[in-house]
Amino acid sequence: MAGKKEQPQDIKRREFIGSTILAAGVATVAPGVLLTVANATSEDEGANSEIRWGMLIDSNKCVDNCTACVDACERENGIDLLRRPQGQGDEMWNAQRPQWIRKVKLRDRQTGEVTNLPMMCQHCEFPPCVDVCPTGASFKRADGIVLVDRHTCIGCRYCMMACPYKARSFVHQNVEQQTIRAPRGKGCVESCNLCIHRIDSGATTTACQDACEKDGHKAILFGDLKNPESELSKALQQKSSRQVRADLELNTGVRYTSL
Amino acid sequence: MQSSTGILRAAGVIPAVVAALFSMAVHSGSAVTPGSRAAGMEACVAPTAEIRRYHMDYLKHDRIKVVRDGVRGVKYSLAECVDCHAEQDGNGGYHPVNGDGQFCNKCHEYLAVSLTCFQCHSKKPEQKRSAASLSGEKNAGQSSLFGLLMKFDEAPALSAEEMAQLHAISRED
Amino acid sequence: MKKLHYSELWCSSPRYWGGLAALTFIILLGMAAAFHMEHSGHWVTGMSNQVVWGLPHVFAIFLIVAASGALNVASIGSVFGGPLYKPLGRFSGLLAIGLLAGGLVVLLLDLGRPERLIVAITHYNFKSIFAWNIILYTGFFTIVGIYIWAMIDRKAQKFYQVTGFAAFFWRLALTTGTGSIFGFLVAREAYDAAIMAPMFIIMSFSYGLAFFIITLMSAYWWASRQLGSHRLEKLKNLLGVFVGAVLYFSLVYHLTNLYVTQHHGVERFILLDGGLYTVMFWLGQITIGGIIPLFMLYSPAFSENRFAIAIASLMVLIGGFFQIYVIVIGGQAYPMNLFPGKEVLSSSFYDGVVAAYTPSLAEGMLGLAGVAIAMTLVAVGARMLKVLPESLEDPEEGIA
Ligand code: HEC
Ligand code: HEC
Ligand code: HEC
Repeated sequence: MAGKKEQPQDIKRREFIGSTILAAGVATVAPGVLLTVANATSEDEGANSEIRWGMLIDSNKCVDNCTACVDACERENGIDLLRRPQGQGDEMWNAQRPQWIRKVKLRDRQTGEVTNLPMMCQHCEFPPCVDVCPTGASFKRADGIVLVDRHTCIGCRYCMMACPYKARSFVHQNVEQQTIRAPRGKGCVESCNLCIHRIDSGATTTACQDACEKDGHKAILFGDLKNPESELSKALQQKSSRQVRADLELNTGVRYTSL
Repeated sequence: MQSSTGILRAAGVIPAVVAALFSMAVHSGSAVTPGSRAAGMEACVAPTAEIRRYHMDYLKHDRIKVVRDGVRGVKYSLAECVDCHAEQDGNGGYHPVNGDGQFCNKCHEYLAVSLTCFQCHSKKPEQKRSAASLSGEKNAGQSSLFGLLMKFDEAPALSAEEMAQLHAISRED
Repeated sequence: MKKLHYSELWCSSPRYWGGLAALTFIILLGMAAAFHMEHSGHWVTGMSNQVVWGLPHVFAIFLIVAASGALNVASIGSVFGGPLYKPLGRFSGLLAIGLLAGGLVVLLLDLGRPERLIVAITHYNFKSIFAWNIILYTGFFTIVGIYIWAMIDRKAQKFYQVTGFAAFFWRLALTTGTGSIFGFLVAREAYDAAIMAPMFIIMSFSYGLAFFIITLMSAYWWASRQLGSHRLEKLKNLLGVFVGAVLYFSLVYHLTNLYVTQHHGVERFILLDGGLYTVMFWLGQITIGGIIPLFMLYSPAFSENRFAIAIASLMVLIGGFFQIYVIVIGGQAYPMNLFPGKEVLSSSFYDGVVAAYTPSLAEGMLGLAGVAIAMTLVAVGARMLKVLPESLEDPEEGIA
């Protein structure tokens, strides 16, 4: 069964940075899985546990000062519709506004090598935010996407305390304008949901990936980790990749190469 | 009727006005607002009496399907309620569906069941984003104020008379 | 030994009414602050996506921790059979309930969506320590309620021992639970320590007793009743032991953290170069909350001085407040190390930099209102229930 992937012995193996991640579980996935992810979901099928959505980010291709992915995300998810509350300073606005994806620039302390990468929710297999959420509003969908059900979120922010990636944002203000696809309101926690509305409607890319590709960088690759034929799985087999904070053994769905 | 609604809205938020609107709705036998897509249609997504009585349960059921299970294209989608039931404002835009005298507010104002949904959900059908639409609605602050005072998942029960009245509406048509 | 007579704190002294009026005023301010925060959204607070728990949580955790410690006096009376403590048991239970209620009100009013309380009650994720805490808190109210009843009502006396034990263990569980809220946050270096839970228990003993001494002294002052020096001295000495223990545990906590190489950064931050947090640690927690009160409690110069006891208790509370502030806020302000071996050159989300947090007035008012709620509940409760002996004169033949 595909469920084997969840077994702990698998986790240990994943500790090795740069190991090929997919092997065991994927090999047992029903051969019926179609070659293209495009047909893997449809409108009324819902999230499918034979899929695990994930991402590979090639930080070599990620360009300094480029914020295409961030801008696209904000547009896609209506974050750009938020207005700064009157009287709020720049620093506070930046610290309080939602940021689903952010650009981080790093320098290696030893070698001085500079790396750029986007950080967002890593969609862990064992998400700490889900463990700590008192109401179960934070949850992991069958297809591995970690998100907040904002109908039961009480805004306690314990998940934000627990998240090792600082991937979550709290909505600190009244929201006047939303898009249909991304409802949002004061007092709930939210984070990257891998463009769930697009994926559920059959799309195969996220907004950030599209934007990155459009700008010619192709640093972001989204796909099904459980399907050995997916472009993502193939890329992961070829390049060595790692998880951020692999030591926590969360088995993240978002991986990075050249980090 | 279109213009009289407009004048009434201008008159303000006084409950009496809302009551008048409501009785108007009762009179015409429907809460459906004239300038909305629904006005030109025959039926709702469920038989009228049924949607009146059970739309809250249907919405809650289907939002679990959407958010938890990732099933899109559900029958009772809030986005679609808004799509059909929002009234055009005559300038190419829409009135917020939960605005004074607007569809979702007609019964709810009267029942004193405040809808927290539109703190998050768009009050208008999807349209081109224009600078004008960013100016915000006068209702937003008010609805959030109610949001603080209202329990979220628990609608105050209808009193017997109110329910009878609602049923009376449904029997009228 | 004379028979003890309990009676309601039925005093019409202006001290009582004045005190109550002041407390009510503070509560009203706090409610206005909470309304402001909820109405505008949390952007009016100093909290952000970097420091997600702020001053209200410091107050709330402080009160909740103190609540379980306040029950200590009752436990000593019934579980360990200390006759000098037994007459204080009822009041101790009342104080515990009051403090817990005050803390929970603050916690609730700080939620992003407090109107969804019903969701919190009806949806449980049993993996969450937070959800367990909700159960622990409700259970605490129930058990301590029955316990007080068993102490007051002769007919219920058969439950006295059982509820006494139940309350004792429940309270330990409650504090462990509160401590574990942090203990389970492995991602944050400051919290990743097993000693967190036992440390919270000992902190609760100390703060709870300090609260107890202060409220007991003010109640007897309000009602112009007698409070024996011998009894007070016992309490005072016990507080000394607890304060010492808290200091010891803080020492162990930081030493073990220093032992773990990955935690050197955060230790350095708290102990040496964390600016405000370092000051709060050394000056607030260690000096005001530890060394000075220890001196005042044990120095023969102050041994008969009630004022000194009150001041020392107050300092223990202030120090405790700073201790929780350093744990809660300091632990969040210190950046998480997402990329070991790398330094962050830039990030729009404050990766790798110490997060700024300046509490707003509203947060402080809400927090203080929590304390005021606790005190008001105690003042009103003591007026309605027979929790305080008419006289706490020392027993004639001294030590029991
Ligand atoms: C396809 C367009 C359409 C959609 C989508 C739609 N409605 Fe309707 N709705 C209508 C029409 C048309 C009527 C009037 C039916 C009639 O006159 O009997 C109506 C009537 C109603 C009524 C009864 C009003 C009255 O006068 O008593 C309610 C309540 C209602 N809709 C709620 C909803 C809700 C809730 C949703 C979202 C789940 C929804 N509608 C979605 C078209 C729609
Ligand atoms: C705190 C914000 C928030 C509030 C308040 C809220 N929702 Fe939602 N709702 C969301 C989000 C976010 C989604 C997910 C949208 C998506 O993934 O496309 C959603 C999705 C839904 C959906 C499925 C999508 C659709 O449009 O059909 C329904 C139905 C729904 N909500 C109903 C409600 C109802 C009814 C209420 C009021 C009782 C409500 N919601 C209140 C945030 C909220
Ligand atoms: C015909 C009158 C009527 C109209 C029009 C109407 N509602 Fe309702 N609504 C009700 C009644 C009646 C209740 C039930 C109150 C109760 O159960 O006590 C209710 C309850 C609800 C609830 C549950 C409230 C809660 O807090 O749990 C939601 C959600 C809801 N309505 C959404 C809508 C939306 C969205 C619209 C507009 C598309 C709408 N309603 C239009 C009559 C109406």
